[in-house]
Amino acid sequence: MLRPLTLIPVAVFAVLAVVFAVYLWQVGPGGKDISKIPSAMINKPAPQFDLKPIANLPARLKIPGLKTADLKGGVSLVNVWASWCPPCRIEHPVLMNLAQQGVTIYGINYKDKPEDAARFLDQLGNPFKKVGVDNTGRTAIDWGVYGYPETFVVDASGHIRYRHVGQIYPHQLESLILPLLKQAAQPVTDSSKAGSAGAGGS
Amino acid sequence: MRIFLFIAALLAAPLCAPALSPLAPSEALALQPDEILKDPALEARAREISKELRCLVCQNQSIDDSDATLARDLRILVRDRLTAGDTDTEAVDFIVERYGDFVLLRPPFKNSTLILWIGPGVIFAIGIFGVTLWHRRRRVAVAAPVAPLSADERARVDAMLAEKPDQ
Repeated sequence: MLRPLTLIPVAVFAVLAVVFAVYLWQVGPGGKDISKIPSAMINKPAPQFDLKPIANLPARLKIPGLKTADLKGGVSLVNVWASWCPPCRIEHPVLMNLAQQGVTIYGINYKDKPEDAARFLDQLGNPFKKVGVDNTGRTAIDWGVYGYPETFVVDASGHIRYRHVGQIYPHQLESLILPLLKQAAQPVTDSSKAGSAGAGGS
Repeated sequence: MRIFLFIAALLAAPLCAPALSPLAPSEALALQPDEILKDPALEARAREISKELRCLVCQNQSIDDSDATLARDLRILVRDRLTAGDTDTEAVDFIVERYGDFVLLRPPFKNSTLILWIGPGVIFAIGIFGVTLWHRRRRVAVAAPVAPLSADERARVDAMLAEKPDQ
């Protein structure tokens, strides 16, 4: 005879089996990347930085340096890139496409040789309005960057609204990036105020 | 026979490892000489902090263990913070502010991690409760008075007992 109590272990097992199956499906066929870490910087103001432009740029490339104050006044993308980073190269046409659509893109050139960075932009085109050079990697750490490329959506008040780890694939333009840019143009929500209160440090 | 000896040796190997520890790979430092602080007290604090911070590139190593460049940069950053006069907590908070709780190898105790910390205890308590309940019921069942035999059953038992076993 089956008493209700006997069914409890079976029920617990069934629930756990479903939970594990869903998770396994997510990381397998579901395509969830568990190495991607949620950003701690969402809804916080962009970190303080003042980065120099790429040194010895050819005259036809006039790209000024980048500082925190530049990020205020309009929605923009901030792309952390390097010429030595293969996904950055693959991603480049997507950034060019965005720039042609009128999206403001700023660059942070991470631990790169200036001549390599200049050649990269000279050969592949320059999608960036401004590019700051981060030789020490400290600014990247301030942004919470851990892989390259990473792209941040920054709203007009200079708050980080979204972080994208890895390259932006062409199909993500319509499905992800453009909607996010549109969303970032909306006024900030309450959670962003809470987020900005906790930001400090130097 | 030889294969058994081999397996036995393999099983015994971890037991010998502590004796060999000066040569063990865990002693190969990711830390580079140029990173080490002159002040041994500060350096010791930096090492302890580094062991608690996750390398975000490898994700299952501490920054103290990892050879990734980001781990190196974070080790240097921790040392810079300490040199600038940060307490251990301030230095760790500085990193957490940028990378979130995920950077901590030991998850903090807060609302979002309640299940993680309390869960095993709760499941264990439920288990203990279940076993106790089962035990008590069984004891009650065993202790319950047995119904006396009916007249018919008594007669059959008597008949069986009266039978003489075959020689």
